[in-house]
This record gives sequence, structure tokens and C-alpha cells, in this order.
Amino acid sequence: MAIRTFIEAIRDGLAEEMRRDASVVLLGEDVGKKGGVFLATDGLWAEFGDDRVIDTPLTESMIVGASIGAALNGLRPVAEIQFADFIHPAFNQIVSEAARMRYRSNNGFTVPMVIRAPYGGGVHGALYHSQSVEAFFTHVPGLKVVVPSTPYDAKGLLRTAIRDDDPVLFFEHKKMYRSVRGDVPDGEYTVPLGLASVRRPGRQVTIVSYGLMTPYSLEAAERVAGEGIDVEVIDLRTLRPLDRDTVLTSVRKTGKCLVAYEDNRFGGYGAEIAAIVAEEAFDYLDGPVSRIAGPDVPGVPYNHALEDWFMLNPLKIADAIRKLAAY
Amino acid sequence: MTVSDRSGDAATSPLAASVGLTDADLLAMYRTVALARAVDERMWILNRAGRIPFVISGQGHEGAQVGLTWPLRRGHDWIAPFYRSIATCLTFGMTARDLMLAQYAKGVDPSSGGRQMPGHYGHPRHHIVSVSSPVATQILHAVGIALAAKIRGLDQVAVAIMGEGSSNQGDVHEALNFAAIHRLPFLFIVENNGYAISVPAEKELSVRDVAARASGYGIPGVIVDGTDVLACYRAGTEAVARARAGDGPTLIEAKVSRLTAHSSDDQQTKYRSADDLAEGKAHDPLPIFRAQLREAGVLTEAAEAAIAAEIRDAVDDATDHAEAEPDPDPAGAIDWVYGEHWPGETPPPWHGQGGPAAPTGGQH
Repeated sequence: MAIRTFIEAIRDGLAEEMRRDASVVLLGEDVGKKGGVFLATDGLWAEFGDDRVIDTPLTESMIVGASIGAALNGLRPVAEIQFADFIHPAFNQIVSEAARMRYRSNNGFTVPMVIRAPYGGGVHGALYHSQSVEAFFTHVPGLKVVVPSTPYDAKGLLRTAIRDDDPVLFFEHKKMYRSVRGDVPDGEYTVPLGLASVRRPGRQVTIVSYGLMTPYSLEAAERVAGEGIDVEVIDLRTLRPLDRDTVLTSVRKTGKCLVAYEDNRFGGYGAEIAAIVAEEAFDYLDGPVSRIAGPDVPGVPYNHALEDWFMLNPLKIADAIRKLAAY
Repeated sequence: MTVSDRSGDAATSPLAASVGLTDADLLAMYRTVALARAVDERMWILNRAGRIPFVISGQGHEGAQVGLTWPLRRGHDWIAPFYRSIATCLTFGMTARDLMLAQYAKGVDPSSGGRQMPGHYGHPRHHIVSVSSPVATQILHAVGIALAAKIRGLDQVAVAIMGEGSSNQGDVHEALNFAAIHRLPFLFIVENNGYAISVPAEKELSVRDVAARASGYGIPGVIVDGTDVLACYRAGTEAVARARAGDGPTLIEAKVSRLTAHSSDDQQTKYRSADDLAEGKAHDPLPIFRAQLREAGVLTEAAEAAIAAEIRDAVDDATDHAEAEPDPDPAGAIDWVYGEHWPGETPPPWHGQGGPAAPTGGQH
């Protein structure tokens, strides 16, 4: 067992999968010699060479579109979109092509590929280096969407995503890259897709979270524990396919559900969780299904005072817990 | 093929010799052009008769399609075609039955199992990539296929095919740039019929020839007359050889004419003059190729009649076969969203019951 940062776990996962399977190749902007702007692929070009670590032009649609083609012809591409904010030129390739290829060909063609993208705010990235984009893609059947919250899961889920035969979007919160550390076993292990994790058991309020909101929710839960509020924290890990059972089992136990997500509140991923809980656990609810989420402005503003205003943090989440617990 | 057997595979007229083929090859090419036309004409009849709701046609493009893709190795090389690629798909191994099943969208339709509109062909075994409706996306798939072929050392060539209207999309620029940088075994075919639905070429292209754009990527841009099947074959052969030799991609622009409206939902007389339509008819590749083969002594009267009869039978058989096949079962419409069913992805309540349940209200 070793202590690894979040980004080291991702790099290890990539390297080990590339050693294990010669069909795994990386494509993206600056992923080669430089090792990526966040150094997620540092050292991989030196180990695997030009054919397997491919620096692309600044062409996100091409990165994804060519990865689809490469996947059709026997490779397992891992495409890096430098920032999730820049994924939109590839939207058509992801939504119209990668997501639908299996369905529209009646299982004739499959697209085993992973699209990695750093997302999220709190790093002085402003409107175009802070976005959460998961809701655009969780809406689309045919895509799998993964958002890890620990180094252990980042590596284990990435391995599973690379071995999966469907397209997987793998969103990594960039604030966690170096600030989060954790135990990562040295040997081979994987974490299955579609399975949530109960990070903290509790009896009174369920928080459903993912990505950076999971450690924030855990911290918030600690804060209110001293006030006698016992919180259960769920880390979804895979947003789609969703592990409904873990969410519903928890809410049926606690009777209260708070969904925490960093993205804009309106139409965000948490709205779907709220709808499912309302539909399927209504008889167990002892308070309104609630959301705490980013404000509805077009992006995260730059100045630190504005960014702090935008971002969720453990204090804001703790307030939301208190309000719901008191209902 | 029965007809070519009769004339003998080894027979080589001066015309066939001029392109390095045999007479049997030329007859097989002619048969493919004519079969594509016959399937296409049947599609329109079925549409007008109310049997199939939508048609998108390849009439006028067939000569270029057969000539340009004939040099490829079927089932080994790859094509990413578009909705007019009827003759291309036949060249690459699909049958009249396969195409007609797509028109009827039947359950055993090999392209999509009845999920896609007609014209959205695809066939994994023949390496024909499934067609979608957003245009030009397929060029990146072909480039990625070529990239994988190069990395894996498979000696394959990948071809993307589209019209000149689609060639204006940004994906085309991104694809050609990348393919040229890496000298990928890739061929880009543009079938320029002068119209993007109703918009004429002079309002969709800043240059007269799409091929002129190749120079911006440092790759050859070749223009061929799409009514000259053997000129297309020659251009295709050179480009495929270049690609296979590791010398990189080629852009081939075939000038073709669109003999029908854009689709069965379009009325082209609204935006095309009678002169323009007549000019188009004069560039029909089928009678031009037929006349060329007759003149060269390759297509005898007997051979022509035999091919015509064979095609008539094939189209009738394909139509009857597709008519008789059952529609896809709605119970299967939830299948193949992913490779497996996920418990979290709840199927609709009527799944497996053959249709939506009558609303009951207050079930609980």
C-alpha cells in the first residue's frame, strides 16, 4: 500500500493498463513530451513512444472522432480533453456518434473508448477552466459517466473504464489532483462501474455526492455530528449507470435526502437524483428532497471573492444539512 | 457471376487492358452500377406506392462510387460512407437484400435492425461503418480507423465518402490536417453533385473545386469526371496505392450529377431550372458506361440482356424478401444501449409486453 495523490493514481492507472494491453493508446493536446498540462500522462510518452501517446492538434472533435474510429478498428483509445470546458467542440462526436454507435447498428459496432477531462472550480480558473459538464452527458443513454473522489477509486475506476466496451466519460476534479492523497494498493485491482459507495454511515440525513463534493460533504458531516445530526454520505462514483439501490436504501433509512453538486443548480445532475428519490422513496420521506448546488450563472467568475461566492464548501453544505435536519 | 463466366475470365479487351482489368471485371463493375440504379428506382416506386416512408437516393453518383472504391480490398479495407452510397455499399459486399431490408427497416436489417432511417447503411463484416445523419462526422472515424491500421500494422486503407455540401463541415478540416500530419492510409472522396439540398455550389464553396483545398493540407487533390467509371477507377487505384505505400492521404473529388431530388421529401424543381435538370440527365453515368462497354465490345447484346434479367430478379427478390420479413419487436428496442443491461437503467414499464400498457392510474 502506498500513499498517492489523485493525479498519481490516474497516471499509474494509465501506465499499468498500457503495459497490460498494447491496444490502449492515448490521444490529446500536450499529452506527449510535456505529459499533459496537469502532468497526468507524465513519463508515458518516454515509456510507450509516439504510436501510443499521441500529441494532437488543437482539435477536440478530431480527438474524439478519431478515437471512435480507432476503437472501431481494434484499439482502446483514452482521449484527454485538456479541460472539460473545451469538450463542447466534440459534443457532436460524443453524443451523436460514440453514444449511439452500438444502438444504431443493433450491436454491430462498439466504441470502447475513454474520454478523460479535468473539471471543476476552486482553482482560479474562471468561466472557461472551471466548468462542470457532467449533466450534458449523463442525459445521454449509451454513455457511461464516472466521477471518482479518491485516489483508490480514480485508479480502479479508470482501469475498469479502459476495459469497458462502451464509451466512458471520466471526469477528474482538477482541485483534487494534488490536494487529495490516499492509500492505493500496489497490485492489480479494479473498481466496478455502476456501484456507489457509502463513505459515512448515518441515520438522520442522506447526502448524495460525487467528485469534490464527497470530501466536502464528509467534512460537513463531521461538523454537524457534534450538534447531534447523524449524516450518511454517499459517493456515487458512477453517475451513469446509476446505482439507485444504494441511494434509495439510504434514503428509506434516513428519510431525508440532500443532493450536493458543484454544477449549476437548474437542470443539473442532482435534479435527476432528486426526482428518482421523490418518485421511488416518497413514502419514506420526512422532509423535502433538497439540493445544494452552484448558483445559476453562466460560469465560475474569476476574482477570489466571486469564486468563493460560487463554490460550494463544507460550511455551506453543513448549513444545508442543518436546515434539512430541522425540517 | 454467370455472365462473366460465359465470356471467360481471361478475356481482355483493349479497354480493359488500358486500366489493368479483365472484361469480366468491367462487366462486374457495370452490373454493380446498374444494380444500384435498379435498387434505387425500386425504392422510389415503393415510396410512391406508400410502402416505405422515406427515400434518399444515389442516382447519378453510381459510376463514381463503383469506380473509386473498386480498387479497395473488400472486407479488409474500410469505408465510412454516406446516405447516397448505395453503389459503394454494393461494391463493398452488401447485397440488394441488405439494402432493401434497410428501406423497410425490418428486424433483420443488417444496417441497424430497423432503428435507422433508410440510407443509413452499415455492415461490420464488410467494414462498412454505420452511417449517421449529422454530416461529415464519419471522416474522423475513417481517419481513426486509418490511425489504428497504421499503429497495428494492418496494411488497411480507410475511406471516407461524402458530398461537397458536407465537405464544408469543420470535422473535414480537423480530419485532413491530422491525416496529413501522420501520413495515414486514408482516402477522402467527395462526390460533388453541385447541390447541398437546394443550395448551389457557388453559394457553398468559396472555390470551384473542393480538390483545391487539398493543397492546404499538403496532400494531392484529384478531380475526376464521375461519369467516367474507368477514370474513377484509375484515380482510386493511384490513391489506394499511395495510401498503402505509406505516402499519406489523397482527396478525390468526383464531379457527379444528382438525378433525383435530395430525398423523397424534397421537390427539386422549386430551385433547379429545366435546363439544369436536363444538363444533369446528360451526365448520367449508367448510359455513358453502357455505351462505352458496348463500343469496346465488352458488353454484348446477350450479356446486357442477361445482366438486366439478373438484376430484375435480384431487385424483385430483395423487395419480396424485405416485404415478408417481420417488423422489429418493440420488446427489443431497449437492447444495446450498452453492452449489458444495467439494473440502474430502468426499462419503461411496458418493456417486454409488446407495447405501452394502458394507463391504469393509482396503481399504488
